[in-house]
Amino acid sequence: MQALSELVRQAESEINSANDLIALDAARVACLGKKGVLTARMKGLGKLPPDDRPAAGQEINQAKQAVQAMFEARRTVLEDAALSKKLAEDAVDVSLPGRGISRGGRHPVSRAGARIERIFRDAGFGVRSGPEIEDDYHNFTALNIPANHPARAMHDTFYFPGGKLLRTHTSPVQIRSMVEEGVPIRIIAPGRVYRCDSDQTHTPMFHQVEGLVIDRGVSFANLKAVLHQFVESFFERDAELRFRASYFPFTEPSAEVDVLWGEGKWLEILGCGMVHPNVLRNAGIDPEEFTGYAFGMGIERLAMLRYGVTDLRTFFENDLRFLRQFH
Amino acid sequence: MKFAQSWLREWVEPKISTENLAHRLTMAGHEVESVEIEGEGLDGVVVAEVLSVSKHPDADRLNVCSVSTGSGEPVDVVCGAANVFAGMKSPLAVPGVKLPNGLKLRKSKIRGVVSNGMLCSAIELGLGDESDGIIELPQDAPVGAALSDYLHLPDAIIDLDLTPNRGDCFSVLGIARDVVALTGAPLRGPDLPEIAATIDDTHPVECSVPAACPRFVGRVIRNIDLAAKTPAWMTERLRKSGIRAIHVVVDVTNYVMMELGQPLHAYDLAQLQGCIRPRYAKPGEKVVLLDSREISLHEDTVVIADDSGVIGMAGIMGGLSTAVTERTTDVFLEAAFWPPEIMAGQARSYALHTDASLRFERGVDPAGQGRAIERATELLLAIAGGEAGPLVDRSSDEHLPARNPVTLTQARLRKVLGTDIPDETVAEILTGLGLEFGPVSGGWRVIPPGFRFDIDIEDDLIEEVARIYGYDRIPEATGIAEMPLGPVTETGIDLERVADTLVARDYQEVITYSFVDANSNKLVTGDTTELVLSNPISSAMSVMRGSLLPGMLAAAAMNVSRQQERVRIFEIGKSFHGTLEKPFEIVRVAFLALGSGTREQWATKSQSIDFYDVKGDLEALMQMTGSKSAFDVVPCDHVALQPGQAANIERDGEVVGVIGKLHPRIAKSFDLKKDVFVVEIDANEMFATSVPVAKSISKFPTIRRDIAVIVDEDISATQLVRAVESAVPDLVRQVTIFDIYRGPGIEAGRKSVALGLILQETSRTLTDADADTAMNAAVQKLKQEFAAVLRD
Repeated sequence: MQALSELVRQAESEINSANDLIALDAARVACLGKKGVLTARMKGLGKLPPDDRPAAGQEINQAKQAVQAMFEARRTVLEDAALSKKLAEDAVDVSLPGRGISRGGRHPVSRAGARIERIFRDAGFGVRSGPEIEDDYHNFTALNIPANHPARAMHDTFYFPGGKLLRTHTSPVQIRSMVEEGVPIRIIAPGRVYRCDSDQTHTPMFHQVEGLVIDRGVSFANLKAVLHQFVESFFERDAELRFRASYFPFTEPSAEVDVLWGEGKWLEILGCGMVHPNVLRNAGIDPEEFTGYAFGMGIERLAMLRYGVTDLRTFFENDLRFLRQFH
Repeated sequence: MKFAQSWLREWVEPKISTENLAHRLTMAGHEVESVEIEGEGLDGVVVAEVLSVSKHPDADRLNVCSVSTGSGEPVDVVCGAANVFAGMKSPLAVPGVKLPNGLKLRKSKIRGVVSNGMLCSAIELGLGDESDGIIELPQDAPVGAALSDYLHLPDAIIDLDLTPNRGDCFSVLGIARDVVALTGAPLRGPDLPEIAATIDDTHPVECSVPAACPRFVGRVIRNIDLAAKTPAWMTERLRKSGIRAIHVVVDVTNYVMMELGQPLHAYDLAQLQGCIRPRYAKPGEKVVLLDSREISLHEDTVVIADDSGVIGMAGIMGGLSTAVTERTTDVFLEAAFWPPEIMAGQARSYALHTDASLRFERGVDPAGQGRAIERATELLLAIAGGEAGPLVDRSSDEHLPARNPVTLTQARLRKVLGTDIPDETVAEILTGLGLEFGPVSGGWRVIPPGFRFDIDIEDDLIEEVARIYGYDRIPEATGIAEMPLGPVTETGIDLERVADTLVARDYQEVITYSFVDANSNKLVTGDTTELVLSNPISSAMSVMRGSLLPGMLAAAAMNVSRQQERVRIFEIGKSFHGTLEKPFEIVRVAFLALGSGTREQWATKSQSIDFYDVKGDLEALMQMTGSKSAFDVVPCDHVALQPGQAANIERDGEVVGVIGKLHPRIAKSFDLKKDVFVVEIDANEMFATSVPVAKSISKFPTIRRDIAVIVDEDISATQLVRAVESAVPDLVRQVTIFDIYRGPGIEAGRKSVALGLILQETSRTLTDADADTAMNAAVQKLKQEFAAVLRD
């Protein structure tokens, strides 16, 4: 009769040479099954003298446990291998594009406009709007630009029969807001404006943001500070500004603001000034008690500088290849 | 306003560079558009005299000139200019000189003849863009002198973009005054003498409209020589101001206008018929202007007339009939003050724009007419000879602009500017500006000079002080204001969120013009709008859009033509409605899609979009309101949409927009070949949102039951869902349509609709029996209302 250790070695060899779970199970049955060799030994215990039985039984049990452990170990190996193989077969090319709809994007002018709005909202400015088809009073007269004033020639105005017009700037919103809300007031008014001018650097429609702050004790020094902070906030960098004397009928003093851009080049980015006493009076506000400032800037101009757009007209061509750059 | 720096520096000579001067002018409100340096690098170019001219032996078009440069022997120079003549003074560049255009002169043989230099044209010397041959210098030009010394070169041409409030700066004198204020350098300039009359001749002037013509100054000058040549210093200055030399009289009047800001007019005295009368034009009157244009005059236009009728438009342009010509010997010079309020808009109403009208509209010095006539007389007599009559001044003092004092207080100055400017500095600035002023309590009483039409109120003086003081010297000060927290609505629209939602659903935002062409607007809206611009840029941009779609469809077509297979765009903007009298504007959101539903993708079948793709996008917007169930999409007829795929979007029964497939006929007219699906909604109506009110979630399980019913084709999905919901209102949580079937087993004109019902009780667990009862009720309702047949 073979030694128990021999049987265990034989079982070990069969278990370890099993390459799949079926072969492994056959090896297990051959050893531990009903007709397995170790099972047969266990059955043969009865033939031993009673005194030998406990020791022999213990020996066989140990052998069975050893084989069982070998079997478990081999099963884990084979199962892991099988799982790995299955997973390997399931591998995907992760570089292939995903499924589902893609994303569109905002227009760069809207994007810049939203950014400007955000900056001023954070500083406590309200956001207002007004009609784009305006009357002469709100677009001109109330802003201290009487009929035939030479400044009207600065605004190439689109007119409708009967005298209504397309607003040439967002400044009419100043008047409407002051009349409706009174003072103190701190607002911006973004929107479309129109001028009868179309060439390389002008489109007949563009966007402006008007700003208006009226309160007791508001000064030109405050105006300088708010615009400097705005420009630095918008461009996310330190900026050098230059306030140049200029003329707008609705502000006094008036200034144009240039920003230092690149190599010593000053670029005009907005117009501003202290609200003219006549404009305050037209809105029913006492210019002795209240002072204030106003500013107006072209959103396209700022968007061009911010996003490196070199041709104004591309904003309104709406070529998707251009627009998709602004996500 | 363009002028030579040397001219300005004749009037005021600050010790600052050209660059600095330009900077100061810009900062003070006279924006320098350009500074062009002219006549640099002319070392070695001298004034030469042509002693004799003989034909080149071997070239028909060339001459060999003997030229003197004052010292040494005359030299031979080959010259191809047609205008050369013996005795001419002209600039000569000698060998070794490099001209501004890069040409380096060498002693060379030209067709066998040695040329010792070159007689030069203006272009060759970089002195202007025009030339007809070599430069002819005046006879008194000193031979041998360096040309740059003689012509005061190099010179800078300064071009200013003047603001409309500063009419006084449309002259060298005006700019000089501001430079005085800015730099402290004194005002100098030529002495302006009074010319004593040598003859007694005058011409009668009668003014019946003193308000329109408060001052009219004139003078007769006889026996002038129209053939006299305008000196180079004058024509050069005029050229640098962009004014062409014509003849001595015009040149002198232009010169004085540029110098002093007062436009002048010269009449041919022999052509004047009787008394000169400024007056308003009479009905039907016409005038032929200097440039031969015939103008039909309006009755609110001031004219100059004589017995022959109108001979000029006041402050705009003179008439042809009395113009100075080469045959003229006697002239009548006019310098008038036409008030800005009379002149405002006049020239523009005739589509005219002249140097004179520009100045009168903005205001010329009401005291400057006599001075201008004297200056012009002086120059004319010196250049063209003649005898001057006495100066005749017809003034109506009461109609001249009043010079009202304006008080400037230190308190308001500080309040408006937010900084302290010391009293002495303010006084210095006022002095520099040439303002008359004296102290009053807390400030100054200022009498603005007549030529400053822009100083009416205290704030105008504050601007003057700030401007000269320097805006850059005013420190920044962050404002202090109350911070009231305003209302933040949760029930209104947030268009930013709408935009973000559409972006997330693969729409690209566009911005199209608010004006479109009348035809496409009508195609899309079915209406002819009243809102037509009087002066559109082009017919393609002539009417205010009644819908965002025409512009967007054009943008879509443009992109398709640029090889874009898929176009999904949206716009947020206004559409314009109503009448010219009462227009109104609606904020709209529109989106359109064409091409495949998704970008080309390896694992997704490419499918052209259909109605339900864009409806899904619309529903996403509906969901933003929190009241999706308030919306209905109801079939409609729409002029731009394909029948059967057109619907109104209704909110609580009110139409808030449309959705549908663009009618193929309309698509074709926009050059779009693919199916286009569009949605356009009124933002304010559509996006009124409700503040969410939370309900507690039932903890009892739900039961799902499915049924399929066969109904007529024209029964809409909404009708079925609503019917089921109303049959068992307490238990139905959700009704989903999960299948639509047409085909074998279903008769034509009918369809099978599969509905999934999710049922739930809020207070107890629903039993199967409860569910059966509910389903029976639902089926009964469908049978009653739609003759539905339950499908097994």
